[in-house]
Parts: sequence; structure tokens; C-alpha cells
Amino acid sequence: MDIIEKANEEAIRRMLGAEPVLINVVPAGEIVPNLQDKMILHAGPPIEWGRMCGPMQGAIAGITVFEGWANDLNQAFTMAASGDIAFDANHHHDAVGPMTGMTTVSQPMLVVENKTTGNRAYCAINEGLGKVMRFGGNDAEVLNRLAWIRDVLGPAMGKALRDMGGIELKPLIARGLSMGDEMHQRNVACSGLVLRAIAAAMAKTSDDGTELSEALDFISANDQFHLNIAMAMGKAIMDPVRDIDGSSIVTAMSRNGTDFGIRVSGTGDEWFTAPVEMPEGLYFAGYTEADANPDMGDSTIVETIGLGGFAMGASPAVAGFVGAGAASEAANYTHRMSEICATENPEWTIPSMDYLGVPTGIDVRLVVDSGIAPTINTGIAHREPGIGQVGAGVVRAPMACFEQAVRRLAEKLGIS
Amino acid sequence: MESDKDNASLLGGKLSVINVGLDKFATELADHDVPVVHLDWKPPAGGDPKLAALLSKMGT
Repeated sequence: MDIIEKANEEAIRRMLGAEPVLINVVPAGEIVPNLQDKMILHAGPPIEWGRMCGPMQGAIAGITVFEGWANDLNQAFTMAASGDIAFDANHHHDAVGPMTGMTTVSQPMLVVENKTTGNRAYCAINEGLGKVMRFGGNDAEVLNRLAWIRDVLGPAMGKALRDMGGIELKPLIARGLSMGDEMHQRNVACSGLVLRAIAAAMAKTSDDGTELSEALDFISANDQFHLNIAMAMGKAIMDPVRDIDGSSIVTAMSRNGTDFGIRVSGTGDEWFTAPVEMPEGLYFAGYTEADANPDMGDSTIVETIGLGGFAMGASPAVAGFVGAGAASEAANYTHRMSEICATENPEWTIPSMDYLGVPTGIDVRLVVDSGIAPTINTGIAHREPGIGQVGAGVVRAPMACFEQAVRRLAEKLGIS
Repeated sequence: MESDKDNASLLGGKLSVINVGLDKFATELADHDVPVVHLDWKPPAGGDPKLAALLSKMGT
């Protein structure tokens, strides 16, 4: 259909034409639109307290104490359940967050600007692995780390980025793909590249050698440090693709631990949701599938731009880590995702696949027609609040979301 | 119509199989050392005729 094809050409033009740059780190209260005191932004499509999963409720209780709105976790749970805290989706505020995706006023936010269109997107700084708030952790260790990120790391990164004029992310991703990252469950190379890019500016702008040392050590010890940067980048790339009449290209995929939701360009900001699925994967020692929470987080924005599970072929090592099979099967994941995408990204290529560009522009028509659901690489949280990450795996987006989107887009186009 | 002779030849000779759809048939044959190529295929729109008709009008 001509109107859809032309709309999708425009969507792809905007995606491939994006120039995302990490420009700053700023407290959320100063920069995230319409974020207020006693308001918590979470991952996924909108959800009320009573339907939230255990880790999401645990993280909300923790961040409520962190912000000083409650004295302890018990009081925080009571406040959250009684409506004293406002909730909304990160995606409604130009933001994204991994796993539980907590965003509140005092947290430092990575700022990625799309230089082509001028829009900005935000994501909190990655806390590291293990017991962390994004997996529902909420004890003193978790809150103390968040306070250090707020008081030391965030300001240090912000000063350095402003001094150096930012970090261009498009070439950084291209290099990371050639170094074995897929930018969702493997960010080893890109985290190193970010550290290499920012270290000198952090040293130049620091007036405290001990804090500088701690900050550099934190970044270098966190293999997933770059994930949150990739997420803000994904949001900055995809937001200008929203609202193209007739386009069947997916602009967001996201999960809140209860529902999986997608948005499609031609249907604006409407969410199409279905029950989220359980990841299949590998578990850390001492944990099993019985401990796992269903899939969660805004991090699927990286699959929406062709990375993560879509770029599995670039990262055979991750195929083993997430239990997706032999390294030789990694390329098959990428080939399969090519069948549901409009094009390939000529600037983000996979050397070991003869420089195939990563599959770009998920077309809901192709997903439903082929029956091939987007593949997502994901971390797995414990189902109980306060415990944290228990494994990593692969999960598929529910087909029902895409079927709803096709029907709605057809309705908008007057097709019956 | 195939003749009895053709059938006898098919059953008596070495099989090479292309399997379309359910992969169970392919894995069973592979387990018995029968050469098989599996084609991953599903009916359009999961077999939903109304959805398939919509998709057809939308250009897939």
C-alpha cells in the first residue's frame, strides 16, 4: 500500500539520519519534562500499584525512602498503596529506565541529544550488577550506592561531558559492534570506549583525586555501564519517528513486569499491550526458573533500533551468556530479525556476517504476517522485592501486541 | 497419478527430504540419519483469515 510504504520510508530516513550525542548529566528534577516531587516514573506501559510485580513494588519502596518521602520501607509501601505517590511511564516523559526503571527528581540523568532533530532523551546511570534497584533491590547498600551516584559520579560526568562537548554515539556503537557487543546484555566494549572517551575530561574537571579515582573505578568495573547510554540514545533516535501517518514502524517496545507494550508510528502514542512473557535463560548459582520474575524494563528500546537480540550475530559470546544456544546460532537470530524489519543500517554493521547492517525498523505487518516475534536479550530479576538479578536470557515480544497494532493501523487508514 | 513402480522406487531408494512447517518431522528424520532440510514456515497471520486479509490489503 503506497501510503504505508511512503510513511515507512520517512520513518527509516529519520532513524538512519539521527545523530545522537551524550551531552550532559543533570538531576532529573531539572530536566525531565513534567516530573514532580513525590512522582515516580517506571519502566513499561502505564500500570497501577496493585498490578505491579514484586521487584517493581520493591524498587518503588526503595526509591521512596531514597528521596526522603518515607522513613523506611514499610512506610513507603503504605504510601505507595494509598495513592500518596504518583506513577507514570518513563516513555511519557522523554525518558527510559532499565528493568524497574525508577526515575525520580534527585537522580542524575544521562542526556542524549539527537543533533539532527534537536530532541533530547534521558536515562539514569547504570548501577552495576547484582543487588541493585533496577532489579528491585532496596536495602542500605543499594540506597548508599544511589546516593554516591547522585552526589559524586553524576556531577563528575556532567562536568566532563560539558567540558569536552559530548560523546558522539553513532561511531561508538559501530566500533562496539565490531568488538563483540550487541549493547543489551553485552556492553563490555562500549563501556570501555566510553571510559576511554571521558576519562581525560573527568580528570581535567575534577578537584578531588579520591572521588575521581572512585568514579573511574566504578565505570571500569561495570561491564554494563554503557547500557543506559544506549537506551537514552535509542529513545532519542525513536521519538522523532512518532506520529508519521500511515507508518507501520514500531517506535517503542517496553515492559513493566506485568504487561509488554509497543507503540507504532502511525498510531501515535497509543500503547498496544499483552501479558509479558517469561525469559528463557541461564541462572546464577543458587537460583532457578522458579525464582524468576516475568520480563521487565524499557531496555527493549535497543532492540527497537536494531541492537540487542537483533544484533546477536555481532556477539556470539552473548548467545552463550543468555542461553540462546551455540555461538554459531547467533547469526541466525539476526537473520530472523531481518525478516521483520524494513531495512538494514549501513552504518552499524556486523563484520563476521560479511558486514551485514543490523536489522532496522520493525514493521508490525511483517511481524504478524511471518509469525516471527522480536527477540530480546534480557536480564532476569528475582520475583520477590529486594533480592535483585538472578540470571539472563532471551524473551520474545508477545504477538498479540503486534496484532492489535495492525488492526488499529488498518482502522486509521480506513481498511476493513 | 504415480505408478506402483514410482512408489516402489521412492520407498526403496535413499530419501532426501524438504520439510515445511512443523520442525518435529525434520528432527525425527534427522535422528534416523535421513538427509533433511527444514523450512521454517507458518501460515500468514497465524492462520487468522481476517487478519491475513487485512495484511494483504496493507501491502504484505
